[in-house]
Amino acid sequence: MKIVLKNLTKIFPSRNKKAGEEVIAVNNFDFTIPDGKLIGLLGPSGCGKSTTLYMISGLQKPTSGQIFFGDDDVTELSTENRGIGLVFQNYALYPHLTVKQNILFPLQNLRGEDKMTKQQMLERAYEAAKLVQIEELMDRKPSELSGGQQQRVAIARALVKMPRVLLLDEPLSNLDARLRLQTREEIRRIQKETKITTVFVTHDQEEAMSISDMIVVMKLGVVQQIGKPQEVYDSPENLFVAKFLGTPPINVFEGEIKSGKLYIGEAAVLETPGIDDQPVHVGIRPEGFILDDNGPLKCKLNNVEVMGRDVSIVSTHTASQNPQVRSIIDADNKIDPDTEEVRFALKPHKTFIFNKDTEERIFIEEK
Amino acid sequence: MVDSKQQWKAWIYLAPAIVLLLLFTVWPIINTVSMAFLEGYSGLTKVGGETTFRLGIGNFTRVVGHPDFRQALLNTVLLCVLTVPISTVLALLIAVALNSIKPLQKALQTIFFLPYVTNSIAIGMVFAAMFNVIGSIGTRRPMIVSYGVVNDIIRFFGGNWVNWINSGSEYWANMFVMVVYIVWNALPFKILVLLGGLQSINKQYYDAAKVDSTPRWRVLTKITVPLLSPMLAYVVITGFIGGFKEYTSIAGIFGENMGPAHDAGRMNTMVGLIYDSLEKDNQGGASAAALILFGIILVVTLINLWVSKKRTHY
Repeated sequence: MKIVLKNLTKIFPSRNKKAGEEVIAVNNFDFTIPDGKLIGLLGPSGCGKSTTLYMISGLQKPTSGQIFFGDDDVTELSTENRGIGLVFQNYALYPHLTVKQNILFPLQNLRGEDKMTKQQMLERAYEAAKLVQIEELMDRKPSELSGGQQQRVAIARALVKMPRVLLLDEPLSNLDARLRLQTREEIRRIQKETKITTVFVTHDQEEAMSISDMIVVMKLGVVQQIGKPQEVYDSPENLFVAKFLGTPPINVFEGEIKSGKLYIGEAAVLETPGIDDQPVHVGIRPEGFILDDNGPLKCKLNNVEVMGRDVSIVSTHTASQNPQVRSIIDADNKIDPDTEEVRFALKPHKTFIFNKDTEERIFIEEK
Repeated sequence: MVDSKQQWKAWIYLAPAIVLLLLFTVWPIINTVSMAFLEGYSGLTKVGGETTFRLGIGNFTRVVGHPDFRQALLNTVLLCVLTVPISTVLALLIAVALNSIKPLQKALQTIFFLPYVTNSIAIGMVFAAMFNVIGSIGTRRPMIVSYGVVNDIIRFFGGNWVNWINSGSEYWANMFVMVVYIVWNALPFKILVLLGGLQSINKQYYDAAKVDSTPRWRVLTKITVPLLSPMLAYVVITGFIGGFKEYTSIAGIFGENMGPAHDAGRMNTMVGLIYDSLEKDNQGGASAAALILFGIILVVTLINLWVSKKRTHY
């Protein structure tokens, strides 16, 4: 089931009538979520990603725009009739019911031709429980489960009625780091097995990048970029997306284009044919640096962190907008931690140029 | 921890409360117990009036054997059994309804809470006026001045008027008036407690229920009531305790007759019995009746707690 979002907009009226400032939580969201894919809505808090999710669920009504599930317009359809599964951030498991009763709950609500016998319901519940590997916990109460186990129960409850669409609101935020890694793989596996179109919301870019088929990066209600995680990472369309994706984060420098060359400080670091002279932001991924004794970019070396597989060089540069310039190079490169200065050459495909004012990407023509 | 040298200070701070408690709570309790078990206690002589100072259970046997005792006990139990479930269910429905509407919620809340702050004797008089039939009833040619508001409504819809509380009225009619009155009087407190409970339930459970297409009735019975069960248990327990101590409501409607004119004392309750005994200067009997009532309330409350422990969920 594909999900089509058409000019989806949500405006929250201002609480203070005198100020009259309304909040545009989601602004003109236009996107078709392909059938059977796992989509990550990504952005800092307040970017409208959860609002978008809740509009797809029907728990919030869009101010304008339309939502289609397949070819059905569901914009006016209430949550009850949308046939979705939703996993809440705090799971919202019914505390007075056992795990089994929690999972059975959606099935017991089915009416008419969908109505199932007790035996069928139990079979389905155990199927769902098996999928998330909680069969041995069926008679426990939610309060007797760990966060990760509660998470699985919540997913089982959402999946048991075979929803058309599965929605997950910050599904991993309540888990500790190890469980988070494990659970996100689980979500990926379950999604692949069930092939249910899944949308999940997160503010953790690593999480979104690692399991999504596609990511949607949002900022202040506006979609910044949509694409496959690697594509978005490799080719950010603006400075915000470039900064938001990647750990360690991208290094941003003040730069200038002068007669077809990109300058950082005094050094011409890159050929940029066909771009008008102007001041720019330069984003360089940590892996975009090449250690080179004759390289154009001179930085003051702070320290060298050896991490086995690769080496992280922490240095400073006067044109850098971050206090430190962090570059990651292969551990085969030898560097003397006592040297004062370290010189880099840049990989052109890891270096991005952005307009100083609009912060939009300026693409360098391929030679 | 309080420094042991400072302990006397703590005692001074506590003293007013302790003195008052000892004087007006502990001492009367001890006194009640001792009076109940003293044979022939008289308030005038302070000792066994008959012959000598003697312990025994004579007061209890006399109270239990008293012709009014069975009726009072029956009335009290009947009132409890009828009013507590009715008022709890009504309060639950009203609280849920109040909680689900946004406009006028505060205004309606205030209206529902009014009976709580109104004097129950005054309410009793209003109820008496609503149900009172004024005139000569039961004579060959009845002369009726007013049928009362309730009968007016019944007659408006073509029904026969009922003698609710006056001389010659039936027991069930008396009981009906009492149940209506007590239920109405008990509602505000229960609504308040349940509404507070409802507002502390996490909204996400209801969102989850919506996502799972839960029908409204199932939301109420499978989500709201279980999540409200601690509050419901509290309301039921206090309701039973209050019900067993019912007195002013009946006095408010029937006056100190505690029943319609032709059959005084028919609607008497356990507490009414205690007051009657006191009026007859029978402190021993009153104390015994009070202890019996205490015993009944204790047993019922223990049963309530036992049941609610099994039924409340967290």
